Amino acid sequence: MSEWRYGLNEQRGTLMAVGIFLVMFVIYVSNHPAGLTANVVQTASNKGVLLAFVAMAQTLVVITAGIDLSVGMIFILTNALASWLVLGTPLETAFGVFAVLATGLACGALNGLIVIYGRLQPIVATIATGAVFFGIALLLRPFPGGSVNEDLADMMTGRIFGVIPSSLVALVAIVLLIWVPFSRSVLGRAAYASGSSEVAAYMSGVPIRRAKFMAYTLSGLLASIGGLFLTFFTYTGEAALASGNAYTLFSIASVVLGGVSLFGGKGSAIGAIFGALAFRTIGDLLFVFDFDPLWQPLFQGVVLLVAVSLGAFGLFRVRNRLEWFG
Amino acid sequence: MTISDASAAPPLFRMDGVSKRYGGVRALENAELTVEAGRIHAILGENGAGKSTLIKIMAGVVAPDEGRMLLEGNPVSFRSPAEASAAGVTCVFQELSLIPDLSVADNISISNPPRRFGLIDRRAQRLIAEEALARAGADDVHPRALIKDLPLSRRQLVEIAKALAWKPRILILDEGTSALTAADVAKVFSVLKRLRAEGLALLYISHRMHEIAELADQCTVFRNGRNILSFAAGTRTDSEIVEMMIGREYSSAFPPKPERATDKAPPALECRKLGWMDSLRDISFAVGKGEVVGLGGLDGQGQRELLLALFGVLRGTTGSVLVDGKPVALESPKAASDAEVGMALIPEDRKTEGLMLPMTVRENLSFAVLDRISSGGIIDRDKEARLIDDMVKLLAIKSDGIDVPVGALSGGNQQKVVIAKWLMRQPRIILLNDPTRGIDVGTKHEIYQLLRRLADAGAAILFYSTDYDELIGCCDRVLVVYDGGIVRELADDDITQHALIASALNVEGKTMETAA
Repeated sequence: MSEWRYGLNEQRGTLMAVGIFLVMFVIYVSNHPAGLTANVVQTASNKGVLLAFVAMAQTLVVITAGIDLSVGMIFILTNALASWLVLGTPLETAFGVFAVLATGLACGALNGLIVIYGRLQPIVATIATGAVFFGIALLLRPFPGGSVNEDLADMMTGRIFGVIPSSLVALVAIVLLIWVPFSRSVLGRAAYASGSSEVAAYMSGVPIRRAKFMAYTLSGLLASIGGLFLTFFTYTGEAALASGNAYTLFSIASVVLGGVSLFGGKGSAIGAIFGALAFRTIGDLLFVFDFDPLWQPLFQGVVLLVAVSLGAFGLFRVRNRLEWFG
Repeated sequence: MTISDASAAPPLFRMDGVSKRYGGVRALENAELTVEAGRIHAILGENGAGKSTLIKIMAGVVAPDEGRMLLEGNPVSFRSPAEASAAGVTCVFQELSLIPDLSVADNISISNPPRRFGLIDRRAQRLIAEEALARAGADDVHPRALIKDLPLSRRQLVEIAKALAWKPRILILDEGTSALTAADVAKVFSVLKRLRAEGLALLYISHRMHEIAELADQCTVFRNGRNILSFAAGTRTDSEIVEMMIGREYSSAFPPKPERATDKAPPALECRKLGWMDSLRDISFAVGKGEVVGLGGLDGQGQRELLLALFGVLRGTTGSVLVDGKPVALESPKAASDAEVGMALIPEDRKTEGLMLPMTVRENLSFAVLDRISSGGIIDRDKEARLIDDMVKLLAIKSDGIDVPVGALSGGNQQKVVIAKWLMRQPRIILLNDPTRGIDVGTKHEIYQLLRRLADAGAAILFYSTDYDELIGCCDRVLVVYDGGIVRELADDDITQHALIASALNVEGKTMETAA
């Protein structure tokens, strides 16, 4: 195999997610009454980045062969917190943003500690912590309300130079600041290694625990960035249980669409981001084709099923039936 | 034979009085080992002699209970494989330490990747990988290829390249050539000889006598967790070495074997030219009614695959299988255990393949016969209770009633439940995959008695064991498997330790000469 084929092979999952998204987005834009305008792109971007951040958060944990069912709740908790704190003078606002992000980090770190040192399965640990996070959110915001520094909110949801959606710029910046360094760091590689084969990783002297801790902690941070943007879009905080659960489930769907293996060790947050954007576009497609929004969950399910089935073809090559279960 | 000269420089590595126990089992007892730079040191011993414990201790995978290790005269202790490697002792495991989803270059530098501005420097990593691959004689492996896409032999070479990237002073190869083709072995040998010339100490664990004859400068034989003798290579014959490896007491707590009847009926189970991928080649044999046939040989020569193939777990097998003289298509475990075939496989790993540990003895036992004790989807509780009762009595399973979780029973009793589960179906052909591994002596003997009783009642039994005593004591015939094929068939009085080990090592020609 030549050099570029290896590169292609490495990025296959991501490229497929990009492809799915592009096809859907082109269909969407070409059927949109307004066509490709800055406004249409801005709306799509603002809708998409929320799930994109949460999907990135999920990716980090899934790479270590874990799963984080609390990402949606961290997202909701930090939204409730931001509606109290991201207010007032620029200095106060900056402090508020810092406190929100620190809360996300702490939530992620707690998940990491429980999974690593408590030796609980990630699925159990994060269901429990997710309930705790939601409980705190409910205490913070028993009823929808609060507000946010509107100057900052408008800046983050508006456009730069009148064309580029600033939420998209923020997403790219976060990818460059968090994902790229993580994936190229020693701990990032250790996260992939322990997700792919924990025994082999141990034998190779890989820092498994530190890597997992880093993955969970950064996951909490990314979910809180999502929560911050939710506040910028809605100007309020709301402890919405349905919304938190939906974001958790959609983040898993996005990760799968984005070619990240739920068995761990494989995939990229870039893929998950495009998976999230594609997942969001399904709703928009129904809109331009004048379908009842009631169809949305059904269509999202079908798209997910098709995407997952494509990945399952490998099982036909298995010669030892016991490997089906491995 | 140790030289105690105070003026001489200390040896590169020394192990002194090292012991290790796992529960009540002595894996290593007061072991001594001296490793010199620029030499290839072979470690010999049969399965369970303590070789793997020895290298795990050296490589920092497990900690010894007693004793000390000296590197150039200085005491050392390794808390992890990484610590051992950093100190200069690196082990090439049997494709255990490669990460399947990462690339070859990622794997080679996994423990200590080159960094630039805190991030992994991929270009430098690529160069390291290319150099290490070339040193390991694997220049045809692309650094960007994923491990899981490589064939086994190439993974083994990558494993060696990865060890070399540590720049070790002692390199341990655990069965380093077991997965390699002859051409690859030659390549690895020239690499090893060059490393020896560069002053590395190599510790070489292999079951292949001709490899040891070609490579080793020094040999140490282990038996029952003790080092029996260290000697310069070429000073002992193969036969003497085999004697050293056996030399233990022979237990005679086996049920008597009956006279073998000369039966004209077709054999209960017959295999003709069975093959599967690279693991099984041209396997033909037959097992008659009432016969106990053993599968011998070293671990991992294809015995497990053979049993799985017969039981319908493997896809794409070639050749044919006959039951009572009639060809059968073994498409799934369900087809194999159907009434017409009547086959049962008692698996090796009872925790994952044999039992559902959190469920009760009753539930585990009735799973195998649900179709026979239920009508219209409803389980007949009385029938179930009767069947289970009989089986618990037959096997003398000790538990506080049949409604306790299987996980609460002792290992020996768990294994009895596995056996009972399959006997519930009254199978006519019973395949056993090392059923007594990790079980106490008392239960072992009960299992031997049971096997003989089942055979006397007309069952055909095919029995894989890593314990030579068992094969000698239990089996009417033994098929010795080597490298996916049957290399020798032993019957009755020909089943001896010497013959088993010699044919397992595939050196029988030479030892027969010296024995005669």
